[in-house]
Amino acid sequence: MTIAPEHNPVFARLGWRDRLGQSAPYLLVPVLIAAGFAAIGAPSSWLTLTVSGLAMGMMIFIMASGLTLVFGLMDVINFGHGAFISLGAYMGVSVLFWLSGWTEAASLALNVGAIGLAILAAMLFAGAVSWAFERTIVRPVYGSHLKQILITVGALIVLEQLIHVIWGAEEIFLLRPESLRGAVTFFGAALEKYRILAVVIGLGIFIAMRLVLRHTKIGLIVRAGVQNGEMVEALGYRLRLVFVGVFIAGSALAGLGGVMWALYEQVITAGMGENMMILIFIVVIIGGLGSVEGAFIGALLVGLLQNYVAFLEPKLALVSNIALMTAILMWRPQGMMPVVKAK
Amino acid sequence: MLTRLISGDTPRSPVLAALLGAILVALMFAPFLFPGVRALDTAATICIFILLVASYDLLLGYTGIVSFAHTMFFGMGAYGVALASIHMGRSYEALITGTVLGAAAAALFALVIALFSLRVRAIFFAMITLAVASAMAVLVSQLFQITGGEDGLTYRIPRELTPAFRLGEIFDTRINGRILNYYLVFFSCLMLFLLLLRVVNSPFGRVLQAIRENEFRAQAIGYKVVLYRTTATCLSAAMAALAGSLYAIWLRYVGPDTTLSFEIMLDVLLMVVIGGMGTLYGAVLGSVIFVLAHNYLQNLMGAGAEMFQNIPILPDLINPDRWLLWLGVLFVLSVYFFPTGIVGRLRANR
Repeated sequence: MTIAPEHNPVFARLGWRDRLGQSAPYLLVPVLIAAGFAAIGAPSSWLTLTVSGLAMGMMIFIMASGLTLVFGLMDVINFGHGAFISLGAYMGVSVLFWLSGWTEAASLALNVGAIGLAILAAMLFAGAVSWAFERTIVRPVYGSHLKQILITVGALIVLEQLIHVIWGAEEIFLLRPESLRGAVTFFGAALEKYRILAVVIGLGIFIAMRLVLRHTKIGLIVRAGVQNGEMVEALGYRLRLVFVGVFIAGSALAGLGGVMWALYEQVITAGMGENMMILIFIVVIIGGLGSVEGAFIGALLVGLLQNYVAFLEPKLALVSNIALMTAILMWRPQGMMPVVKAK
Repeated sequence: MLTRLISGDTPRSPVLAALLGAILVALMFAPFLFPGVRALDTAATICIFILLVASYDLLLGYTGIVSFAHTMFFGMGAYGVALASIHMGRSYEALITGTVLGAAAAALFALVIALFSLRVRAIFFAMITLAVASAMAVLVSQLFQITGGEDGLTYRIPRELTPAFRLGEIFDTRINGRILNYYLVFFSCLMLFLLLLRVVNSPFGRVLQAIRENEFRAQAIGYKVVLYRTTATCLSAAMAALAGSLYAIWLRYVGPDTTLSFEIMLDVLLMVVIGGMGTLYGAVLGSVIFVLAHNYLQNLMGAGAEMFQNIPILPDLINPDRWLLWLGVLFVLSVYFFPTGIVGRLRANR
């Protein structure tokens, strides 16, 4: 018999270094905004760029949030996510054209109402298609990443081509509703009205999502499922069902993001979702797969950096995102806030 | 001797062996069997795509990694030759320098991407390669002072490889530089294909397959999974770059549409899946079928669209521009129902 080695467990408070490490991702956004101010100099253009960067970041976040949760929950990687962005955009824009009486009236209430209806239609449509998508495309390939990637890429192409068949192959131009055109001046900085609306909607969705995830039972199940799915199933919850719900909700959000992006760019093409997927993947990777907060911070970083760099050195704008991703992965190979997955 | 040459990887199916033999003979004597500029062009494209698809299969089929940057590496080889030919003048040195530099750059790039992504999760690789490849495609079209942008680059290659160089006649076929060029492409592709066959049937290739089947177990036995995956990535990238160099030598033109576009990436994916993942012979069958279909099927679709003109929607669905739609459907169906592809089917029916 040997005596157990002597040990005196003590509770130590985290040192400042560890605490800084934990909160570092949250600090990155203010740091980047400050760095942008230092690099740009002129406060008015800095403010304009910051708002447009935040607007862009919010929209990317809306589109990326579903993808990261779907991955976290069921280990499913959906390259076809971009198709829901395009589908939502086309549906929303069709509704906007249909409601042209509302969008051309100079009344804010009617304009916002038209956008609201367009968003609703887009979300319902994207959600409905994603339900069928989940059943036919994704369900048979649970558990095999290789097949998931191949199948969903194929499905992305098919859906994009179907958009061509239904809505035609040409890009569609649209105008923003009357009262959202133009800009307001604020401390000498021109802030486009629509971008402010985009920031408001994006922030609202982030807060709503956080509330649902943190303070409701379903949110608890989703978060627990991301961390340890088997355990949640063992406790009697049907994670498959939750997953389908999250998949549909995530795709509906992608559709919403599509409508907002369409109004932002004022032109839509069937390939827009595919192009957005590149930014979305960058956001999801640097945020940490499965983490909603990480995706939010990542999206803001991408949006801000892209706008700052495009102002300072237009040619580098595209490479800036890749550089950001490289830097973050060097710092944290799993992304900023990876969800610890019990395997 | 023959078995040694194909590294003991016999077709294991009489039908497959016959098909492969027929393809080899057809490609080897293509200039004499199928006269005409277009036929020769198709044959050269098939050769190059066989190499490209085989190098992709090393990654997808043997190692189980999905990459979307394969056309980027292909493009690096092509642009390497183009830029070297422009800056060093019309010479063989330029072709060799461009090829070597292109392959080296591709391998280096692959190494960096692999170190960033494979270290953590193989699934990162798919996403990161997609992002990097699309960034590169945009960069190439923006830096038009160097790369010619969307218009691409045309350049001159040594005279012996161009149609202007006449050599005489054999079997009523005029031997010109174009045919010499074809044989350069053909034999290079054949040698590199045999080299790839050697690689996948070596102990190294076996380890790759082990990693594909069960990463955890391979790691437990003591193989450094990351090292093997990274090596496979670099090797495959370098091979793709070599295929790109050959394509550049054959076409005497490079541009984003012929080398970098996402559409080519999809074509390559489809060829691997249709032919059969995890066997290089699948790459041969997939490329041949696909290139032939691409060249001749679109005409058929056009005819079909005219035939059904009066029925709603249907003409839109079989419009030649909707070629990608059917490609996508075919792709999804083949991943579901023929995950082993044509070669897998033929071998199973033995």
